[in-house]
Amino acid sequence: MSKYTEDDLKKELETKQYEYGFYTDIESDTLPVGLNEEVVIAISKKKEEPSWMTDWRLDAFKIWKQMKEPNWANVKYKKPDFQKISYYSAPSNKPKYNSLDEVDPELLATFKKLGISVDEQKKLSGVAMDVVIDSVSVATTFKDTLNERGIIFCSINEAIKTHPELVKKYIGSIVPKTDNFYAALNSAVFSDGSFCYIPKGVKCPMELSTYFRINEAGTGQFERTLVVADKGSFVSYLEGCSAPSRDENQLHAAVVELIALDDAEIKYSTVQNWYPGDSKGNGGVYNFVTKRGLCEKNAKISWTQVETGSAVTWKYPSCILKGDNAVGEFYSIAVTNNFQQADTGTKMIHLGNNTKSTIISKGISAGKSQNSYRGLVHISPRANNARNFSQCDSLLIGNKCGAHTFPYIETKNKSAQVEHEATTSKIGEDQIFYCNQRGIETEKAIALIINGFSREVLNKLPMEFAVEAQKLLEISLEGSVG
Amino acid sequence: MIDLKEKLLSSFIAFENQTNIDSYVHEVRSEAIKQFESIGFPDKKLENWKYTSLKNLLNTDYTVLPEINNVLEFKNIKKYLIDDIDSYKVIFVDGKYCSHLSETTHEGMDICILSAALTQSKYELIIENYFNKIALKDGITSLNTAFSNEGVFIHIPKNKFVEKPIQIIHFSTGNESSLMFQPRNMIVVDENSQVQIIERHQSLSKNKVFTNSVTEIYADKKSIIDYYKIQNDNLQASLIDNTYVNQQRNSSFSMHTFSFGNELVRNNLNISQNDEFIETTIKGITIIGDNQHVDHNTLIQHNKPNCNSHQDYKGIYDNKSTGVFNGQIVVNKQAQKTNAFQSNNNILLSNKATINAKPQLEIYADDVKCSHGCTVGQLDKNALFYLKSRGIPEKEATALLMYGFANNILKSVKIPEIKTRITNIIANKLGVKIGFNL
Repeated sequence: MSKYTEDDLKKELETKQYEYGFYTDIESDTLPVGLNEEVVIAISKKKEEPSWMTDWRLDAFKIWKQMKEPNWANVKYKKPDFQKISYYSAPSNKPKYNSLDEVDPELLATFKKLGISVDEQKKLSGVAMDVVIDSVSVATTFKDTLNERGIIFCSINEAIKTHPELVKKYIGSIVPKTDNFYAALNSAVFSDGSFCYIPKGVKCPMELSTYFRINEAGTGQFERTLVVADKGSFVSYLEGCSAPSRDENQLHAAVVELIALDDAEIKYSTVQNWYPGDSKGNGGVYNFVTKRGLCEKNAKISWTQVETGSAVTWKYPSCILKGDNAVGEFYSIAVTNNFQQADTGTKMIHLGNNTKSTIISKGISAGKSQNSYRGLVHISPRANNARNFSQCDSLLIGNKCGAHTFPYIETKNKSAQVEHEATTSKIGEDQIFYCNQRGIETEKAIALIINGFSREVLNKLPMEFAVEAQKLLEISLEGSVG
Repeated sequence: MIDLKEKLLSSFIAFENQTNIDSYVHEVRSEAIKQFESIGFPDKKLENWKYTSLKNLLNTDYTVLPEINNVLEFKNIKKYLIDDIDSYKVIFVDGKYCSHLSETTHEGMDICILSAALTQSKYELIIENYFNKIALKDGITSLNTAFSNEGVFIHIPKNKFVEKPIQIIHFSTGNESSLMFQPRNMIVVDENSQVQIIERHQSLSKNKVFTNSVTEIYADKKSIIDYYKIQNDNLQASLIDNTYVNQQRNSSFSMHTFSFGNELVRNNLNISQNDEFIETTIKGITIIGDNQHVDHNTLIQHNKPNCNSHQDYKGIYDNKSTGVFNGQIVVNKQAQKTNAFQSNNNILLSNKATINAKPQLEIYADDVKCSHGCTVGQLDKNALFYLKSRGIPEKEATALLMYGFANNILKSVKIPEIKTRITNIIANKLGVKIGFNL
């Protein structure tokens, strides 16, 4: 080894400076790739967060470092390299395209099928818009109505600044930092998300949706959602958007926490349609989500989800039925096509007396995809008269896909009544023949049958969403019938 | 405290010295002990062992290679036999074959002991073809393979209807303060043959017993095998039963498992359907209380088209007992037109009892009919009221309803004497006298 000279030292200092150079980069929109304490601090700083939040994030980061990626799920994928991801990139205000003509025609065709207006199409595909149109003014009108009733609905970053007492009290209370690998990661680096608080006894007059906020904040890679429904209140919350998002972010790790205090009710609906990768299985989003809700006395949480996108989905919206008479519901349709893999389901933890839960899960797999239902029903010794009903139906299209059911039932109370039922079948040739005979072509016939198969869940979605979701099912399965 | 794994590993050398080291099986054993050394005993971190811990079981300093031969008289064991039918009997005492109590045969078929088959040259071919071919290479099975020497060897040649059922009973006398033994059974049923087998493990003392048993069953074309396991040992005995079944075209296999006793029971039942038109039926009744733990871990692999499987397990759990049902059905790509049905029903009688159920379907073929159902519930209050209103005391009424609940399983039992036996055991368990046979 050569002698360490002053020149070397100089060089080293120079590189060092370069290393820390990203501090000056804070002004720009993207942080350098990789994850370390400084990046966590930088994200927090960018968001102008108070110190308690920064500490909270750092704590989560420490926990995350000691955790290992889970690999028990029935999915196979190349593990992402967490040091090769940029953990912060603010939504760029610059338009990606100048006119709709530049947008991928395939994407436009899908928009058309979904019946999305031209203006919305522009917004969704990132086309510059000349005039600020409808939806923003609609959003403002909404804000007024909400303010009147004392409902807080804003981005989580705003909430950290304006309502720190609420955020401090509830964030991480349902999904603790230590919960799992991705929850810890999210806690450390979450970029943005939504916060919603419904005061005592208030019925939220409209469906709250992140969809309307899309202009204001944009959805980040690591979303954090916190919904608190105070005693006796009601809220219906919509997440996601039925339009295909051509998001190039490989990894999405969101955390959603719902808190329903005594007598409150939260209805949470999701339509997820991230980029599933091409028909050869290249690319696509990894969607690793932790969603959980807590029900106090007489409270009710209802999860409804339509999952059609993402290359890999790993998602278990859960209910902790803590209070007496609490009710948890889970309605899900998961569609996989091509090389998609979904491992999704729910957890119903019965802690209180007379708690009830219902699970309806419909899995549809086509192409070479794998679709798994994984669910837990846990009845604790103190939960008297708990009641659960689960039904998991799978539909297979083609013989290269797989449908799997992994229910876990743990009962420790003699008064519990638990029922689980699962079936797997295919679309009957006689059903298709019947439709053909009446002049309905095969593709439409399949759509009709799928629609009937998923009816129970579609019915639970808010109206407009249901219509779009229905179309989405058709599109997702297009070309899967040979 | 001595570590059981270490003890077993060091005992292996002593064990090997007793056996012929030039044989084919010697290689298999050496391979298996290496496998066990690297994997060890399963713990709760393994998905398949999530609800069953062997910790308490492995804490004991077991005698692994018992020396003393104990002699039992027929009168000592009469009540554990189903003695009102004519049957072949293969009886082991403390892991050693007991010839004066047994009734084996070599006439037209082989119903004998494995140690004999392993040492005689006329069985060389069959051993090489079948021994340890379908048993898994997991820790617990490998351990048995390493120490495999004694057990039952049954070979039924072509077109043979075995008229008498075969009873296999393992007794432990309590000569050692705690004993571990590892019987190894091999059953080969050739084309178009039929056989009925009853298996039982019985401890005759209050000393601790840990049995790790492995059975390999080969069902050739058009064969019919009915297997019954009666697990009603005392509360100091624990059993890990690993059964592997390989089924060929048009064969039919049924397994009935009756679990009433033991401290801990773990049944690993793996069935592989390797050709078309196969029927598989597996059923079980579990009625336990106290601190008992029974775990049914079943796997049915549908590999070829046009096969059926039917699974039905019922359980009644009292006191601090724990029941586990982990039923897995795998339907592979080729297995079109499969019908697979699985049902698991449970009744909890106490708030300290636990049931953990994990009925799983893994399906890779589209033209199939697969369903499973799983319930946890109570006895019907209206039915109970009805019986009580007709003057039947609550205890008897409850027992009647439980009978009704479990009765479905008994329906498919083909030997009436087993039905009577099981009915009596259930009546005993429930503490009632019912003046009729089901």
